[in-house]
Amino acid sequence: MKQKFKNLFSGGLGQLTIPLIAILLLVIFNLIRDPSFFSIGIMHNNDGNVVLAGNLISIINGASELAILAMGMTLVTAACGGQDISVGAAAAIAGSVFVKVLKSTSEITGLTVVLAFLCACIVAMLFGAFNGTLVAIFKIQPMIATLILYTCGRSIAYWINGGATPTVSSPIITALGGFIPGIPVPTPVIIVLVAGIVLKLVFRFTSLQLFTQSVGINGSAAHLNGINEKFIKMLSFVILGVCVAIAGSIGVSRLGLINHETLLIDIEMDTILAVAIGGNSLGGGKFKISGSIIGAYVIQMLTITLYAMKVSSTDVKAYKAIVIVLLVVIGSPVVKKKVDKLMMRIRKSKDRNTVKGAQS
Amino acid sequence: MKEVLLQMKNIEKQFPGVRALSNVDFTLRKGEIHALMGENGAGKSTLIKILTGVYQMDGGEILVEGKNVSIRSPQDAQNNGISTVYQEITLCPNLTVAENMYIGREDGAWVKKKNYEKRADEILTRLGIPARSRQQLGSCSLAVQQMVAIARAVDMECKVLILDEPTSSLDDKEVKMLFDLMRDLKSQGVGIIFVTHFLEQVYEVSDRITVLRNGELVGEYTTEELPQVELVAKMIGKELDELSSLGDEDERESEVKEVFYEAEGLSSTAALPFNFRIHKGEVNGFTGLLGSGRSESVRAIFGADKVTGGNVRVGCKRVKINRPIDAMKCGIGYLAEDRKRDGIIAELSVRENIILALQVMNGFFKPISKSESEAFADEYIKALNIKTASRETPVGSLSGGNQQKVILARWLLTHPDYLILDEPTRGIDVGTKLEIQKLVLKLAEEGVSVTFISSEVEEMLRTCSRLIVMRDRHIVGELKGKELTQTQVMKTIAGGDK
Repeated sequence: MKQKFKNLFSGGLGQLTIPLIAILLLVIFNLIRDPSFFSIGIMHNNDGNVVLAGNLISIINGASELAILAMGMTLVTAACGGQDISVGAAAAIAGSVFVKVLKSTSEITGLTVVLAFLCACIVAMLFGAFNGTLVAIFKIQPMIATLILYTCGRSIAYWINGGATPTVSSPIITALGGFIPGIPVPTPVIIVLVAGIVLKLVFRFTSLQLFTQSVGINGSAAHLNGINEKFIKMLSFVILGVCVAIAGSIGVSRLGLINHETLLIDIEMDTILAVAIGGNSLGGGKFKISGSIIGAYVIQMLTITLYAMKVSSTDVKAYKAIVIVLLVVIGSPVVKKKVDKLMMRIRKSKDRNTVKGAQS
Repeated sequence: MKEVLLQMKNIEKQFPGVRALSNVDFTLRKGEIHALMGENGAGKSTLIKILTGVYQMDGGEILVEGKNVSIRSPQDAQNNGISTVYQEITLCPNLTVAENMYIGREDGAWVKKKNYEKRADEILTRLGIPARSRQQLGSCSLAVQQMVAIARAVDMECKVLILDEPTSSLDDKEVKMLFDLMRDLKSQGVGIIFVTHFLEQVYEVSDRITVLRNGELVGEYTTEELPQVELVAKMIGKELDELSSLGDEDERESEVKEVFYEAEGLSSTAALPFNFRIHKGEVNGFTGLLGSGRSESVRAIFGADKVTGGNVRVGCKRVKINRPIDAMKCGIGYLAEDRKRDGIIAELSVRENIILALQVMNGFFKPISKSESEAFADEYIKALNIKTASRETPVGSLSGGNQQKVILARWLLTHPDYLILDEPTRGIDVGTKLEIQKLVLKLAEEGVSVTFISSEVEEMLRTCSRLIVMRDRHIVGELKGKELTQTQVMKTIAGGDK
């Protein structure tokens, strides 16, 4: 038991220290600023459901798309040593497909929603495979390869629905983007939870993690051990495609409409940032999905905190940048090394003191 | 006795969980070539890295020409006249020789191109290095590139020159050129620290030898006073009787056994067509100079490069081996020549590195459970005597010999029928070398076929019952039985029909 506890702090936690400390600091800061910041209330929403409400809920809820994208982005980063900057645009495409399919059915039922999501999924996976092909087979830098879809993705989304911003109204969609009657927790949060568990199971029942890390750290050695490097890279983009479809569908469901221009706009940079804050190397290799998820919540908590402090929405980005610079610098290898050294010195002098104490 | 140039006293260095150096002294005199010897993990690299400012020592002092100096960065080392030429060349191949000699130096930015090209040419001529200042560095041979690196150090007025495994990728002629240069520098009063694994070279060129073992100083000796056998004994801390006993098993008869693998006209993008076969339980070897195509040939067997033609039979069945995974499914394992580039996954743990190949063979959807993989790792860490803090230690932090053992464990775990070992003993210590040779013979006894490649002919003669000799990318001879002598091998390599 004690050993396990120790492991948690030495090996297991290492990478997560920074994002967890960031969350802790944000929590403390908010509690000092406004002790009631994190209070969770129970209220009835417009549909008459009993739901949880409060800043904490809106943080966790609001970060859902980001968290899901961060999961996929972590895999792409680990396998390819680069990032996909087209996730926002691809999510707009997926969202448009989702709406298009729903619109083309006479009545929105559970089945049609599933169908619409599957269509969105397939389209997003195909676009993921497109990116993956450029990266894995043509060996183009991921950021350059995905720049293509980043540039044209929202135009494609525009074509799908013929330029309009169609709305979909159905209790099912409202429930997907908000609350399922009888469940007080926002549905997107549940989706994140399910996605996280599914990914965990994938890691448990496949060799995805080991192979992805091997490819990311040393592609040449991975090849000589029989790992299909191209397949693993491609797979990471396709999995990100699934994440994109989920995020796009959530985004659409929240608003009940698709706006190809604004849906999940600028989310690609936040996603990459979440991966980085989570302590994952953007150069690929070893990774921790949990780090990226926490990273996503850090970003969202920061945003909500700033809004709660009545910072105007134009200024928020600047303040966010300051905090993020701090986080990234603190998490950098240079600072880490310094801290490690300091800790070692402290431990040493402590040892010396105990020895002295024992002697006297 | 010559004037003392550099003195390292009571050097201490601690890494998490390991004492890398304890109370080590090292003295270098003006105008001497001083070999620093020891097994992998003895502390040679750590000592060098402290001297060059890469690591900080935990205790002790460094004196340069009697003055106490503190070396906290490579820049400090340079300012104190200490220069290093590493095993892997760290220059830029796409710049010219002169540019390489002057980039990154404080005075470099202010010197006019014409001036430094002139200066570079002067130094190159003075040191007798066959390169011109305006030539692109990449167009020079590795040996010349290394010499340019030395010339750069000389121009920075270095007093202490550290050569870390400078000869490991050079052929005999190039080694000789390098040694001439070293002797020349020595006569000019430069102190040279020479780190190498090649014993003969130590005796050829060095004046003095310092031996380290397990992070401690064994002693300092003059080269004439220390016979080679004693040096080896001091390095590994035991007498080397075992080495000689290995050689007596030469007469292992393999011809009667069945053929395991056979290739006809096999070729790849890197290897010309060749024929090859190996019997069950046979140990054979490819030999030849660097660039003779020996590595390329075995890579073609494993499907490491794109295979372009040929018929391959494993057992009695015709098979197509186009990718490594095809070869692995036929029971073939391959330990690559370049451990860092093609072998280890440095940041992953020893455990993950050991199970990697087996996991790939099991398939994507059948992961080895954590407890099972831990059991595998523990088994092989014990069986191969791998020195690691734990099975979860990143393999990159292990010493070279232990990394090699991890990769061996990786292939042994797949229970191969045929194992290809390309330079498994390069850059690792004498003790581990012996362990690996023994392991090869043991595997053969168990019926595993092994192809063994080594630059050290002596080592191949000890383990192989058949040697395939290559020259200029062609097989030029096959030696077995009584023909397996050092002279005969050398003759065949060199084209000894005359």
